[in-house]
Amino acid sequence: MSAALVEARELAFRYAPGAALALEGVTADIRPGRVTGLVGPDGAGKTTYIRLLAGLLDASSGSVSVLGLDPAAQSDALHERIGYMPQKFGLYEDLSVAENMRLFAEVRGLPAAERTATFDRLLHFTGLAPFTKRLAGRLSGGMKQKLGLACAMIRRPELLLLDEPSVGVDPISRRELWRMVRALADEGIGVLWSTSYLDEAEGCDEVLLLSAGRLLFSGLPAEMTGRVTGRVVQVRGVSGNRRSVLRRALGQPGVMDGVIQGRHVRLVLASDAPPPDVEAIRAGPEAVVVPVPPRFEDAFLDILGGGPGGVSPLAEHMENKPHSEGSVVEARGLTKRFGDFTAAQDIDFAIRQGEIFGLLGPNGAGKSTTFKMMCGLLKPTAGQALVDGLVLGKSKGAARSRIGYMAQKFSLYGTLSVRQNLEFFSGVYGLEGARRWNAVEGMIETFALSPHLSASADTLPLGFKQRLALACAVMHEPPVLFLDEPTSGVDPITRREFWTHINGMVERGVTVMVTTHFMDEAEYCDRIGLVYRGRVIAIGSPDDLKEKVRSEVLPEPTLEDAFVGLVEADDQAGDSERRKEAA
Amino acid sequence: MKFSRVKALVIKELLAVLRDKKSRMVLIMPPLMQLTIFAFAATMEVKNIELAVLDKDGGKAAVELVQRFNGSPSFTRVFPLSSQGEVAPTLEGEKAMAVLVIDEDFSRDVAAGRPAKAHILLDGRRSNAAQIVQGYAQSIVQQYNTDLAARAQQVGPPATLVARNWFNPNLEYLWFTVPNLIGMLSMVVGLIVTALSVAREREMGTFDQLLVSPISPQEILAGKTIPAMILGFLESLLITSVAVFLFHIPCVGSLWSLFVSLLLFLFSVVGFGLFISSLCNTQQQAILGTFTFMMPATLLSGFATPIESMPRFLQIVSLANPMRHFLVAVRGIMLKGMPFFTVLGIVWPLAVIAVVTLTLANWLFRRGLE
Repeated sequence: MSAALVEARELAFRYAPGAALALEGVTADIRPGRVTGLVGPDGAGKTTYIRLLAGLLDASSGSVSVLGLDPAAQSDALHERIGYMPQKFGLYEDLSVAENMRLFAEVRGLPAAERTATFDRLLHFTGLAPFTKRLAGRLSGGMKQKLGLACAMIRRPELLLLDEPSVGVDPISRRELWRMVRALADEGIGVLWSTSYLDEAEGCDEVLLLSAGRLLFSGLPAEMTGRVTGRVVQVRGVSGNRRSVLRRALGQPGVMDGVIQGRHVRLVLASDAPPPDVEAIRAGPEAVVVPVPPRFEDAFLDILGGGPGGVSPLAEHMENKPHSEGSVVEARGLTKRFGDFTAAQDIDFAIRQGEIFGLLGPNGAGKSTTFKMMCGLLKPTAGQALVDGLVLGKSKGAARSRIGYMAQKFSLYGTLSVRQNLEFFSGVYGLEGARRWNAVEGMIETFALSPHLSASADTLPLGFKQRLALACAVMHEPPVLFLDEPTSGVDPITRREFWTHINGMVERGVTVMVTTHFMDEAEYCDRIGLVYRGRVIAIGSPDDLKEKVRSEVLPEPTLEDAFVGLVEADDQAGDSERRKEAA
Repeated sequence: MKFSRVKALVIKELLAVLRDKKSRMVLIMPPLMQLTIFAFAATMEVKNIELAVLDKDGGKAAVELVQRFNGSPSFTRVFPLSSQGEVAPTLEGEKAMAVLVIDEDFSRDVAAGRPAKAHILLDGRRSNAAQIVQGYAQSIVQQYNTDLAARAQQVGPPATLVARNWFNPNLEYLWFTVPNLIGMLSMVVGLIVTALSVAREREMGTFDQLLVSPISPQEILAGKTIPAMILGFLESLLITSVAVFLFHIPCVGSLWSLFVSLLLFLFSVVGFGLFISSLCNTQQQAILGTFTFMMPATLLSGFATPIESMPRFLQIVSLANPMRHFLVAVRGIMLKGMPFFTVLGIVWPLAVIAVVTLTLANWLFRRGLE
């Protein structure tokens, strides 16, 4: 085994004297020619660790050597030899692709004679060659990351530090990024890839799993998943409501964790626990329990001691929504043009009551545009967005009071306290007097917010922020929920807790529309609309979509396979159409 | 418009500013610092003048004139030169702001009642200060003349009394500067609070959250206007109190006139702030927008340069500037005790400006949804 590029020993860091440790006792090596995954939810200490390695922070205690250098003391020498891609602000959005690369070449001191060759190689490698004149700010999320990677690679580094390169990147671009990073590792470069997507851990050669500043695990991903081998099962052939089945399964002794995967329910069992009785969880007469290969996330939850359980106190306190026939949310020929660019064309779908509908699609395909039109944040050029039969454009106030909205960034007021946030949002939704008081107190109780009531929202731990954001969004008991990448970056336990609430509310008749890049999240959907090039190219349940790409090569396609396959198929269809038109 | 929703917005806005230690400081410390700095730095007065004297005459009249310069508080150092050759190096080396040259025949001419000549040579590089020093020197000489004339005819008031008023313009400048600063600093607060708050919400994503709620654009506007007015008003009261109690600027007019003008002024400023913020997506843009507005608004306010001496075109433009109207009113109220109806006659355009800018902001807010 070759010498380690990075040797960290008992590395610890705190941002201010007296503050909690952001990183605690991390001992880990990073080797050349390998992709090392730095895996953990937001706030786990990933960025702190990377910044320590890059010499941008000085360790509070412990030691770290990078390429044999002390990063804090010899940062100039170190920066010559590493590539670092920060999470954001890595690029100058007002410069073109080529200008960004020239700037980085200048900054990194790439000799002028080598520039042309280097640029050609990197542009070819990242597939950005056709876009050299485009402004970085106008690139899609995936292309931005590729450009960031190209800029970090300008001096052919020995060690490449990538801070969450896959955030906001669709599955297709993600796969491409992975291919590139693999190629770099094969050339002998050491790559550190930080991510909050646990499924990416499985693709790494080695994994450092961080949680709350501590290193929970370091080693091969297979070692990690090995600890739950034989304890992961799928309940297949569920008839009836699989959300209720999951809730009941999580109530069974010996079930540590569970999620919905399309029409199946996936469960992690405690060691030596028998598989759950299908009768007890009322999964239906045809239900069977099948063992399945474990995933990294299953093992992570196992280390953390299991998921949060299946009962949503929020849904418990909620009354059943009055039953309505027909669709609750509907897109009718939604079209949006920006100048001569058509971002969305003739989008049609209808969401029934009590359904979770997912909008998926690559970056820049029209998914966000569609979502914004559905929420009333964007006015359609043609067509209508209907909520509860009301057109959003016309009866704004009335239609909007039926919507609960929660965005990825948890749109809370950071300087306001938890209670003040709750009171504000209850006021905004026109709750008054006793109703308002009940709503606020109810949310505090349901989400166990009372220990944090006077804390500013900004200072809350991520899990509580997520709870507060959800509380603010549902306080007025909306029959419809719009969720925009609601659990991006949060830890798996918080994500499960969130989906438990959503599932519970859906059982009460709430209708949900969600956009996500997260395939795990998409598995919770009853139906998915796949948006590409401004149109809905496929619509159906997660299993329907998987079915469409099933082949001999791919006997058990994942949802990500389905996503990639369907988009590629549409590309080919589009190409042949264009050829026909040209002929 | 629903009252409870607007109320929720107003409370949220005030809390968002006041709960944050940094923004609390920003609202209180910089305006007070600026007030102190501007009050003394923006004075038109020239102090601590160094004067060199080349007295070629040496007679009684010449010595008396030099003594008068010596006695003036503006000329802190008066020193003699011994030859004509020293004059140029003294000015060049900035050893003195000016050189007073008294001709050989000065005392003789004075005694004979003929016009007597003294020259003052000024450092023209500091053109503004030079003009002011010239004015001081002129008035000293004039006073000297008056005294001479009075002595010759044995009539007229005692010279010293008149001279003192001439030579201590200090107070008067502070009286002019500080009320203007009340307007300027209140404007900064009103603009920053409104322009930044919308941009911040856009950056944080909370603005989308507001837009998907049943709140109407008008309610959002009201929810932004009212807290900015409250904060701006408190801020102006603070600055006014400092002006009155610390700088001893008289406030002879009625407080009511002052409050009404202040509220109208803030209303129009907030209108501009919201207009700027409806055009900006980030806080950075909002700050740039605020300063792009601030600079011309200050220049076209009549604070530094008189509006009457501007080109006709700029005079018309300055009518849209809230500061222009308010400064006249605040000076009139504080220093002259301007009656309420005269004040109204001056400040009514502020209401028009506010209505126009708020309407535009409202329209742009809606357009943002397209």
